[in-house]
Amino acid sequence: MAPSQPYLAKTLNDLTPGKSVKIIRHRSQGAVRQRLLDLGLMPGAEVTMVRSAPLNDPIELKLEAANVTLRRQEAATIEVQENE
Amino acid sequence: MSNPKSLRVAIAGQQNAGKSTIFNMLTGVRQHVANYPGVTVDKKYGSYQDNEGIVQTVDLPGTYSLTSFSLEERVARNFLLTEQPDVTLDVVDASNLHRSLHLTLQILEMGLPTVLALNMMDVATGRDIRIDREELARRLGIPIVETVGRKGQGREDLRRTIREYDTAKETLTPPVDYGPLETDINAIEADLPASEVLKHVPKRWIALKLLEDDTAVADMLMTKSNKSEIEALLRRVTEQRNTFFQNQGLDVADHIVASREKAIINLLEGVVSGKDPNRPTLTDRVDRFLLNRWGAPVFLVGTVFLIYQVAIVWGYELTTYTWPLLAGFREIVAGVLPSAGFLVDPYTRAMGLWLVDSANTLLNYVPIFLILFSLIAILEDTGYMARIAFILDKILHRFGLHGQSTLPLILGGVFAGGCAVPGVMATKGIPDNRARMATILTVPFMNCLAKVPLYTLLLGIFFVEDKSLMMFYISTMTIIFALLVAKLLTKTVLQGEQTSPFVMELPTYHLPTVTGVARRAFDRTWMYIKKVGTIVVAVAVVVFTLLQFPGLPEERKSHFETRGQAALEVFQKAMNGNQYLSVARQENIVPLVNFYNDFKRAKLNASGAEASRAVNAEFEARNAEFYPLVKPPKGDKDARKASRALKKLASASKSIRREMKEERITNSILGSIGRSLEPLTQFAGFDWKINVALLASFAARESSVATLGVLFQQDADQNATLEERMGSETMAAGATSLLATSMILFFALYPPCLATTVMVKVQTGSYGWMLFSIIFPTILGLLVSSVVYSVGLAMGASGIEAMSVVYFSALALLLLVGLRGGQRRIKLHQIKTAGG
Ligand SMILES: Nc1nc2c(ncn2[C@@H]2O[C@H](COP(=O)(O)OP(=O)(O)OP(=O)(O)O)[C@@H](O)[C@H]2O)c(=O)[nH]1
Ligand SMILES: [Mg+2]
Repeated sequence: MAPSQPYLAKTLNDLTPGKSVKIIRHRSQGAVRQRLLDLGLMPGAEVTMVRSAPLNDPIELKLEAANVTLRRQEAATIEVQENE
Repeated sequence: MSNPKSLRVAIAGQQNAGKSTIFNMLTGVRQHVANYPGVTVDKKYGSYQDNEGIVQTVDLPGTYSLTSFSLEERVARNFLLTEQPDVTLDVVDASNLHRSLHLTLQILEMGLPTVLALNMMDVATGRDIRIDREELARRLGIPIVETVGRKGQGREDLRRTIREYDTAKETLTPPVDYGPLETDINAIEADLPASEVLKHVPKRWIALKLLEDDTAVADMLMTKSNKSEIEALLRRVTEQRNTFFQNQGLDVADHIVASREKAIINLLEGVVSGKDPNRPTLTDRVDRFLLNRWGAPVFLVGTVFLIYQVAIVWGYELTTYTWPLLAGFREIVAGVLPSAGFLVDPYTRAMGLWLVDSANTLLNYVPIFLILFSLIAILEDTGYMARIAFILDKILHRFGLHGQSTLPLILGGVFAGGCAVPGVMATKGIPDNRARMATILTVPFMNCLAKVPLYTLLLGIFFVEDKSLMMFYISTMTIIFALLVAKLLTKTVLQGEQTSPFVMELPTYHLPTVTGVARRAFDRTWMYIKKVGTIVVAVAVVVFTLLQFPGLPEERKSHFETRGQAALEVFQKAMNGNQYLSVARQENIVPLVNFYNDFKRAKLNASGAEASRAVNAEFEARNAEFYPLVKPPKGDKDARKASRALKKLASASKSIRREMKEERITNSILGSIGRSLEPLTQFAGFDWKINVALLASFAARESSVATLGVLFQQDADQNATLEERMGSETMAAGATSLLATSMILFFALYPPCLATTVMVKVQTGSYGWMLFSIIFPTILGLLVSSVVYSVGLAMGASGIEAMSVVYFSALALLLLVGLRGGQRRIKLHQIKTAGG
């Protein structure tokens, strides 16, 4: 919770394709945070990294039935925890 | 039952759930559907009749939730708040029920009578997702109807349920329990003053919104209620929020979302079964090819090439078949209008033909647009357009644009042709406001189809050898300029605009429907035709007027009249003793000259021996008396002689007319404007004639060629094409290919046509931006052209040399800007990471 430690945590930006993780928390605020939540990127949600775009950015994620894309910039604000 | 009862239904739902499809299904394609373009997002109204009365229906923009963060959510929410529809139809994607229900719960919390349409049932079934509809309806306490919007399934069911539900109107129990927040909610509810605003919505909803720190709701309360009372309440709410955070270690807003999520998991427990989220869907398998590192570029380039080939190349071929229809239309109009005089035509005729010509050049592109917009609609409907945005977002983002700028840029004509009007219109969907503004202001730099005639003209005159190289430069240069301009604007005037992240759903692939594609293609083409019908015609009138007035001074008029008289006397003398003298009597002379001109023009338009014979027959039937004078019968000496005299007379009339026209334009208001601009435009090499043409092209780009045509007109029997005429005249005046390059560059950067600027006004909601969209490109264009022309002149560069230098400098700048942006970001990232 302390604001000094966030960079240690793994984020959605650090995943390789095929990897599944669980979302822990968001670092973004306001509209961005809301949008991420609305698309189903909620704390506790299971997410699988599908691929990055041919130019490496943005990335495509699979969560439940939907495929969602976001830029690495925003992906780096979502802390995750690896499954198992 | 007997007296018709009208109903108002609002269709809400998440993006791409199929709301518009359901809207069209309910109201019917043939129903009157008004399209009210709002500032940025539009609601679409329509209605249908059921056996009890009329049902007014409105299609709201798609929203993921109902906060006040984004514009479309505000639009949808305000509508639901203030208009209080009798029934809210919530369209959800059955294959993605879990996420969709977040919105449903928010709608229910607003206390709105709701009917749920479980749409995309075919997709859900295809994925083996089974939904216990009755149980879900029972748990939610609202009626649920299964639909497949694309196939029109469930329409009657839906209509009946909407009607019956309105009569039932049960009170709802909101199904979300907010746990530890409930006490706060209750406390705020009790504190809320009775007020006129928001009186329809439950206080519970207001309390929740205040706890979420929703400023829009707080502002709404402020406007109508006792200010200090509300301020005190808001302070208490802030305190509650802080206390909650301290006690629970969780933001209130996050807690609200999490509670909703928990409620949804409970709602769906035992309701949804049979799905296996890990089994790859068809979409996943297709994307493995279309989106992988190697496949993506190949497929993207292939798609673009296909569109170019089919719409632009084949479309142009189609216009050779449609052009005769337009030419025929002109002939009909010419026949209806009062006939031409010997030297001066009646105004109605001159103006009427000017209008038809202006409109025709534009309408000529209709087949191309129909094909182009159909193909683009197919891309949108299948879901591939969203993938293009995904692939290109990185590049576009570098320059301040957005992945979703792709569609507007393609419509505007990235490759070889489009129209900025639908392009600017399509920016509506871009969620990032700054990128949206940058897109609106750069779409006009694309190769609008109307620029092509001028390019073709100039290339035909000055770049005969390097035609294809120049065409390549022109068609790829536009996107380079557009990206650079977007970057420039983002760094300067647009810096303060709000941005938002690229977070987008990749939709499931669907087969496009014929009606869907056709409707969108027609809608966009219709936008274009409307532009021709209204603005362009109106401006054509203005330009015409500016070119006509103040007209010739009396003494010049009489000078030309004397010359006309002389030509007539020559004709009469030649006819002396001719057996056709009676045909060519005084009152017949003008009709005879017109008959001759009409005949020659018809012959020119007729292709093939057969058509040519048909023209002969037609004119013989039209006036058997005149006919021998335009087409002398074999062996009829007198007829031949008379025909020669007539030809001379007609050409004399033409050349006098041309001189008059040139003098008139030189003296005209537009001519003086063009001349007064010469000191400014001389550095770019533009003389007043070119200025006039460029000014006229503001009406519609294609007018430039028409105006140049008039300005560089010569006697018709010289029979030179505009290319040759302009070539010889301007070359004689010292014009070079360098001037052509300067013109091309100016034209590429030149402000959008009037119709586009109007659309810019609609989309930005500001006259300021509209003015900016005119002034900025003018200055930029003039600057670039002046530098290129002046420097080129000093260095003695040829047109193609100058163009190559400009092209590669722009390209280098583009790479520099693009790569630098990337490096900075990496650095920033390193600093961030190192700081941790
Ligand atoms: N397979 C299938 N496709 C559907 C169905 N209903 C709509 N679609 C397709 O889904 C896509 C989106 O439909 P729209 O009606 O534009 O969705 P919308 O909710 O209005 O979207 P926004 O206005 O962007 O929020 C289109 O390609 C439709 O053809 C359905 O029941 N089954
Ligand atoms: Mg829609």
